[in-house]
Amino acid sequence: MAKAAAQVPVSNGAPTFYVTEEEHEHSGGSTMLGFWIYLMSDCLVFAVLFATFGVLGRNYAAGPSGADLFDLRLVAVNTGLLLLSSITYGFAMLAMEKGRQAAMQGWLVVTGLFGLGFIAIELYEFAHMIHEGATPMRSAFLSSFFTLVSTHGLHVTFGLIWLVVLMRQVARRGLIEANRRRLMCLSMFWHFLDIVWIGVFSFVYLMGVLK
Amino acid sequence: MTSYPEWWKLVFGRFTFEALPLHEPILVATFAVVVLGGLALLVLITRMKAWGYLWNEWFTSVDHKKIGIMYMILGVIMLLRGFADALMMRGQQAIAFAGSEGYLPPHHYDQIFTAHGVIMIFFVAMPFVTGLMNFVVPLQIGARDVAFPFLNNFSFWMTVGGAVLVMASLFIGEFAKTGWLAYPPLSGAAYSPGVGMDYYLWALQIAGVGTTLSGVNLVATIIKMRAPGMDMMKMPVFTWTSLCTNVLIVATFPILAATLALLTLDRYVGTNFFTNDLGGNPMMYVNLIWIWGHPEVYILILPAFGIFSEVASTFCGKRLFGYASMVYATVVITILSYLVWLHHFFTMGSGASVNSFFGITTMIISIPTGAKIFNWLFTMYRGRIRFELPMMWLIAFMLTFVIGGMTGVMLAVPPADFVLHNSLFLVAHFHNVIIGGVVFGIFAGIAYWFPKAFGFKLDPFWGKLSFWFWVVGFYVAFMPLYVLGLMGVTRRLNRFEDPSLQIWFVIAAIGAVLILFGILCFLIQIAVSIIHRDALRDTTGDPWDGRTLEWSTSSPPPDYNFAFTPVIHDHDSWSDMKKRGYQRPLAGFRPIHMPRNTGAGVVIAGFATLCGFALIWHVWWLAALTFVGAVASVITHSFNYDRDFHIPAETVLREEDSRSKLLARA
Repeated sequence: MAKAAAQVPVSNGAPTFYVTEEEHEHSGGSTMLGFWIYLMSDCLVFAVLFATFGVLGRNYAAGPSGADLFDLRLVAVNTGLLLLSSITYGFAMLAMEKGRQAAMQGWLVVTGLFGLGFIAIELYEFAHMIHEGATPMRSAFLSSFFTLVSTHGLHVTFGLIWLVVLMRQVARRGLIEANRRRLMCLSMFWHFLDIVWIGVFSFVYLMGVLK
Repeated sequence: MTSYPEWWKLVFGRFTFEALPLHEPILVATFAVVVLGGLALLVLITRMKAWGYLWNEWFTSVDHKKIGIMYMILGVIMLLRGFADALMMRGQQAIAFAGSEGYLPPHHYDQIFTAHGVIMIFFVAMPFVTGLMNFVVPLQIGARDVAFPFLNNFSFWMTVGGAVLVMASLFIGEFAKTGWLAYPPLSGAAYSPGVGMDYYLWALQIAGVGTTLSGVNLVATIIKMRAPGMDMMKMPVFTWTSLCTNVLIVATFPILAATLALLTLDRYVGTNFFTNDLGGNPMMYVNLIWIWGHPEVYILILPAFGIFSEVASTFCGKRLFGYASMVYATVVITILSYLVWLHHFFTMGSGASVNSFFGITTMIISIPTGAKIFNWLFTMYRGRIRFELPMMWLIAFMLTFVIGGMTGVMLAVPPADFVLHNSLFLVAHFHNVIIGGVVFGIFAGIAYWFPKAFGFKLDPFWGKLSFWFWVVGFYVAFMPLYVLGLMGVTRRLNRFEDPSLQIWFVIAAIGAVLILFGILCFLIQIAVSIIHRDALRDTTGDPWDGRTLEWSTSSPPPDYNFAFTPVIHDHDSWSDMKKRGYQRPLAGFRPIHMPRNTGAGVVIAGFATLCGFALIWHVWWLAALTFVGAVASVITHSFNYDRDFHIPAETVLREEDSRSKLLARA
């Protein structure tokens, strides 16, 4: 209540019913909150996919299991790439805070390359599995595996497209407020995908190879 | 059967001319009417040279008021379609007895009951509720628009895209024959190979994107854009229920999207999520879809509760009884709505403990709901009640909804549910709460806020006629279904053997005709009100002696809603302002910062809808093309940084002066 009272301007004891000072131009406050809410809704999509994997993840239908298929060394490299890309995105944001546009763009390029590497390895892994007959159609386990992992991969792909678009926009207009806001949103998106991947790595791959 | 050359499949996918329902006289006649009506409308718009006006002022508008009104128009159009389906079902069931097959063959009848459910929930109730929230919430919280105005426009057009696909299925191909939630394995590729299920999936997926984004938008709006002084416990109750509803939307529609996506993969790729073989689990679909589906019914009913709360306090001339308890009840319902989904399939065989848990949580929901009923009753107690149309809807709602709530508690008892499951008792129950709660609430809301949106009241005579037809029609149509359900008649049947049941179906059909009169009277009411708009004019902006902020501005409100952002001291803020001698500011206006209209929403949603259509018919090249088109137009739109402008102070002064003249006339 005290906070509310402090907000309300009171002149000469009579209540004020409107503010004559126009509030400052819309800042990114709603955007950050809105994007955060969107991320949480996206998180629920992953929650459904994780739950589905939890239910179906051991239904091999006499087909291959995770222990037969997963190459943990490859996945470790992949995980490393994605985690590093999160760090480099963080460096990009630090550079942005200091207003060093060129350094920021450089770090974004590094981030993008890490992301690209991640996607490439994932595609290689998928191709390898499909080549061995472990297709998404083979069993409910493989259906839920491919769907969960490739949904994450699709998100990373869209993140990469977004990254390129944003770099172009920054190059054109510099680090104006709108661009900084967008970079912040992509930052949240990128780290979010990292967290989801940690879930995928532990829940799908590590637990998948346990007998 | 004509044979089609190889290239045909490449170009047109699985579309063939046999997919056009030329052998169905009902559909051909409907198609002819729609085409003639549509052409007449197009000619009329062209002759009035209204295309530019419609495009610039409405289709591309980012004004939350106009988007709200467009949602309502979409809801009315789809109500006519959904209700036509209802009439056909009631007609079929009333005559298909003792050897008569009625006039609807099963494959057509099954599409009709599926389309009826899908349309009424997704394309009637949802647009109505979203439309009212869109129009009212920013006005109630003293904001000039929603947090993301462009996103709002885009969300609307995605909803339209879904509706267009459902309508297209009527004339090009077929619709799903699976019931409105499309349980697998029936809805899987093996048992529903046609395009009907794909229409269902893509229509809901596209509309669902719109709904989710509009949920994000309104949550951010309510949290971030309230006028100074309006802390959470000073928000109007409708804003509160809207907040809870949109939280539910954000927290459930992604689940629907994911679930439908998995079913889509089963159908398109051949995965095994919900199949019977290779490790799939159809019951997982039923769980997932109801984890969305149960909160969905609260998404619909909570705003109706909000509307009734506003109506109760306005037309009883006093504060809402128990504001805080109303808010807490709403929040409790929001949370509990997640803990009850399994009551939709007690018979699945989860065991006694699981069923008991969900039975008890379901019964607990009736406690906060009951508290709300008492709050409205105590608001009426010693109030100066004005029996205007919205108040009449409130009374009808309280009487009807309590019956629906009690049959709901009956269904919540697992042993009773084993008997009543899948019967017409259930059908009667959910129509009882959805018509008696949501629909009555929407009509109350339309009657209540119409003068705010258009500057004139709705004609009370035709409104009351519509009211009585609706209320009486509801009871005549659905009480027989309770009886039939208790006698063991199951739902979704195309014909019956036992002639002793027929009389109940005939009565129900009569009820449906009464509701038809109710809908017609509603349409006449709008027409008559437009014709007599000068006599019904609201010059004050406050025709009902309202209590919340939306009534402090003119009817219809200016583009910027409020010349100065209001400051709030009380949850009935406008009532408080009137009591304490608020003086409307007449000078010193400043330029107002507003978002600019954009056609990007129409374009992106158009691409998405076309993409859905192409996927339904397996026209892969078009699907790829439109998908790239959608992504490219999003990117192009993101390069447009010129998204807002200032309304000059002189324009504000002119608008406010014209309002002063109107007020002086009153």
